Amino acid sequence: MFRFIVRRLLQLIPTLFGLSLLLFIWLRRLPGGPETAILGERGTPEMRAAIRRSMGLDEPILVQYGRFVRRLIRLDLGTSTSTKRSVVSEFLERFPGTVELTVTALVIAIGVGIPLGYLAARRRGRLLDHLSVGGSLIGICIPVFFLAYVLKAIFSENLGWFPSSGRQDPTIDATRITNFFVLDGIMTREWDAAADAIWHLVLPGLALASIPLAIIVRITRASVLEVLNEDFVRTAEAKGLTERTVRRRHVLRNSLLPVVTSIGLLTGGLLSGAVLTETVFAFTGIGAFIYDAINQRDYPVLMGFILIIAVVYVLVNLLVDLSYSLIDPRVRVR
Amino acid sequence: MTITAGKKKEKLDRLAELAGRDDERGVSLWKEAFRRLRRNPAAIIGAVILAIFVLVALIGPFLVPYSPTDTIGIREGLIRPGTIPGADGDHWLGYDHQGRDEFSRLIVGARQTLLVGVVSTLIGLAVGAVIGGVAGAAAGLGGRWGRAIDNALMRVIDMMLALPSLLLAVSIAALLGASLTTVMIAVGVVSVPVFARLLRGSMISQANSDYVLAATSLGVKKPKIALSHVVPNSLAPVIVQATLTLATAIIEAAALSFLGLGNPDTAVPEWGVMLADAQQYLGIRPGLAIYPAVAIIITALGFTLLGEAMREALDPKLRK
Amino acid sequence: MALLDVDDLSVTFARRGQRTVHAVDGVSFSVDAGEVVGLVGESGCGKSVTSLAIMGLLPKQPGTRVGGKAVFDGTDLLQLDDRSRRDIRGRDVAMIFQDPLSSLNPVIPIGLQVTEVLARHRGMKGAAAEKEAAALLDRVGIPDPTRRLKEYPHQLSGGMRQRALIAMAVACRPRLLIADEPTTALDVTIQAQILELLKELVRDSGTALVMITHDLGVVAGMCDTINVLYAGRVVETARRRPLFREPRHPYTVGLLGSVPRLDAGRGERLTPIPGSVRDVLPWPDGCAFAPRCSRRVDACVGEPPALVLAHDGRSYRCVNPAPLPGMTPAEEIRGAVPTDATPGSVPAQAVPNDPPAVPGLGPAPREEDARD
Repeated sequence: MFRFIVRRLLQLIPTLFGLSLLLFIWLRRLPGGPETAILGERGTPEMRAAIRRSMGLDEPILVQYGRFVRRLIRLDLGTSTSTKRSVVSEFLERFPGTVELTVTALVIAIGVGIPLGYLAARRRGRLLDHLSVGGSLIGICIPVFFLAYVLKAIFSENLGWFPSSGRQDPTIDATRITNFFVLDGIMTREWDAAADAIWHLVLPGLALASIPLAIIVRITRASVLEVLNEDFVRTAEAKGLTERTVRRRHVLRNSLLPVVTSIGLLTGGLLSGAVLTETVFAFTGIGAFIYDAINQRDYPVLMGFILIIAVVYVLVNLLVDLSYSLIDPRVRVR
Repeated sequence: MTITAGKKKEKLDRLAELAGRDDERGVSLWKEAFRRLRRNPAAIIGAVILAIFVLVALIGPFLVPYSPTDTIGIREGLIRPGTIPGADGDHWLGYDHQGRDEFSRLIVGARQTLLVGVVSTLIGLAVGAVIGGVAGAAAGLGGRWGRAIDNALMRVIDMMLALPSLLLAVSIAALLGASLTTVMIAVGVVSVPVFARLLRGSMISQANSDYVLAATSLGVKKPKIALSHVVPNSLAPVIVQATLTLATAIIEAAALSFLGLGNPDTAVPEWGVMLADAQQYLGIRPGLAIYPAVAIIITALGFTLLGEAMREALDPKLRK
Repeated sequence: MALLDVDDLSVTFARRGQRTVHAVDGVSFSVDAGEVVGLVGESGCGKSVTSLAIMGLLPKQPGTRVGGKAVFDGTDLLQLDDRSRRDIRGRDVAMIFQDPLSSLNPVIPIGLQVTEVLARHRGMKGAAAEKEAAALLDRVGIPDPTRRLKEYPHQLSGGMRQRALIAMAVACRPRLLIADEPTTALDVTIQAQILELLKELVRDSGTALVMITHDLGVVAGMCDTINVLYAGRVVETARRRPLFREPRHPYTVGLLGSVPRLDAGRGERLTPIPGSVRDVLPWPDGCAFAPRCSRRVDACVGEPPALVLAHDGRSYRCVNPAPLPGMTPAEEIRGAVPTDATPGSVPAQAVPNDPPAVPGLGPAPREEDARD
């Protein structure tokens, strides 16, 4: 187990170097540069050259990359050219919001998706089955940002049940420790702050959950239907076990295997959706910031954020593989 | 006895002949799949939606009542700050924010939407098929070099997968500058890893199958096996995936437009751009967002329904 | 009274848009306590469906119909509600399946798969259940049982898996064990071991065994009474020796002719039955085997052949059976029963050689055993 983790983490290193080199070259080929973002279309060629020199952009790309890697080893991702703050601190401030949003969406998707998919399979061909299959089809086909707008218009602007933007009511004076607002509220026992943060997560979380929810419902349903036809379920029935035991011990557990795999693959899609959802709900996460960074040609921020996201993606998938091996003894890792 | 002896004999002989046959006639994969597809109501609904969509995209522009670029509403002074008139007798869906006939734009927009979806899927399919095909062939041929090539290509694909698809698309769009081509390339690139992995995986599993072993042991040459067995059998999942990707491509193109990276030339209407433009007028005329959104959803639904039905029809596990 | 009396069992599958399939069509047979009864036939003849119907394990799909009776110890299993059926399954009637790997839950240790039966039917829990499970594994010949309890199915060999499945089946000392092709997925040497184990268990515990197989070798080594099935019907029933020595139904003759024999002459060839069951389904009227039959006559089409009771308590459904040496058909046929009649309705005097308690399809007289 331990060796498996170490091996996977070591495999991560070449992927990261390759990715960072590609990104590095690619980003520097973007037309315009930070000097254009700073000076706009005005500015003499001399001023532009001066800015580029001050940022070290006049040197050969490989020299720049070497400097980047040396700093990276010290976990220093440089300074944002637009906000003048360190990339790491920018990230630590914004990423928790995105994580809270993604986790909320995943909790909704898993918490609703697995039971719904299971019930649909058990009542195959009945109303609930048709509804959840149809609903999940539509869920996959609705653009996330449109759903976000619709939810906002109905539940926030018309009904006023949920706040329409932000991560927390600005009038609440909450203590910040980790920048995970919910976690901070719980740690400091500021329950109203935590509750308000959760309240702000509901609508964007629902919008973001739509696609993973639809996918999990479909995978769970298909998987349960397949497992119900397995020989070992018949064996369990032949043993005279109660229906409850058969379902829980034999059907459900085996049905979850493909669902667990799919959760790892959903992470990438969730981060994409988070960018869109954050924009609609003016939710402070990495989404809007990355979007701005592209327009500002903020190379250090782009490099840093994308690399960290790639690491997170790989780690999440490692975690998924580990939990898979816990459920399925056949793939016990060594 | 009601049956005459002669008839009885005839019947017996016919059945005897039937029983003597070794097995029922082999039905080809595609014929069988098509037969099952025709019996699946979901496939029929999907196909009908797509048929209407393609028909509208092809001939719609010739039939619309108004030009999609004619700013009638502004000319006639109907558009004032804060008001966009809704439907009236001649304009079934009202006007858009620039006073153009919304219905005509919706109809004409089908063509551009179809174009974006098809071209970007083809880009993803072509690039992904080349990468996946080379990797699969390299893995299938084996040897040190084969494995090395396969490994290197798969690492590249891993890198692409490690990036959230939208970030990938956004950075491509930023690199190339906003244009129609950019949207197609950006959306297409996102699906490259999916196609590459699918084709590679399928080729490798086909290459390890018993029938390929049988063909090899009969002395059939490797390239011939690849062309006549492995590739055709790997094609089915790729075609299914392409159908499903068409749906996501249309949705992702809309997302790019929403982030301001869509086609800047709004003269030719496209549903994603229309939807993105409409967000500023949600308070005044939500219909402007709803019409293109519903059009996108229904079209995506058509592709998804047909794709899923095809997957089911081609799944050997589900075949009796 | 027999332990299990299957009477006119029929199973039909009706799927929307497809023809209704009569998978089992009026099957009757009985099993006495301690007896080993074989159900033999090609794949698709309905033998597995028969056993699943008795166990109540047929997939619950709309359009699946089960008719007739399966009386076990006085209760008709087919009439039971789900709960009482679950109480009987695994406790009084147990089943062993064909493919031991897919029949075991891959993600649960063997131990739990054994103890869950003990917990359900014998109320055993914790260490006591573990101990009993280890004893069961030991009894079916699994070495080092305490260690095996913690292992998963994929860690066991094919033979071990089948032994584990048998351990689960016999955990509650059932009175009837149904084995559905228990050795088909195993190597020949392992097959023999498993059959030996089954024989031993049956002998020691007095459990009755229904052996479902396509393998006449298995039947020859184990069964007291054999029912040959074709296209969902019992076409011939006989004690082991008469069946092998003088098969009457052309299908049985064909089956025997398809098996290679050591005592056959060098130049002798196997005589396969042409075609397969699937090709001729569904057979509308008359004998289902007629299209493949070498002894076919005109009378084979039209009415389904009646059940013929022969001189020694055996029976078959054929209008033109293979002749017995030295006996005319008139001599050896003592009575013919229409197909829709149940064995119980046969007048006892029609088969005077049989003891009155077991008329018709019941097992043959016991002198048979004495000769063995």
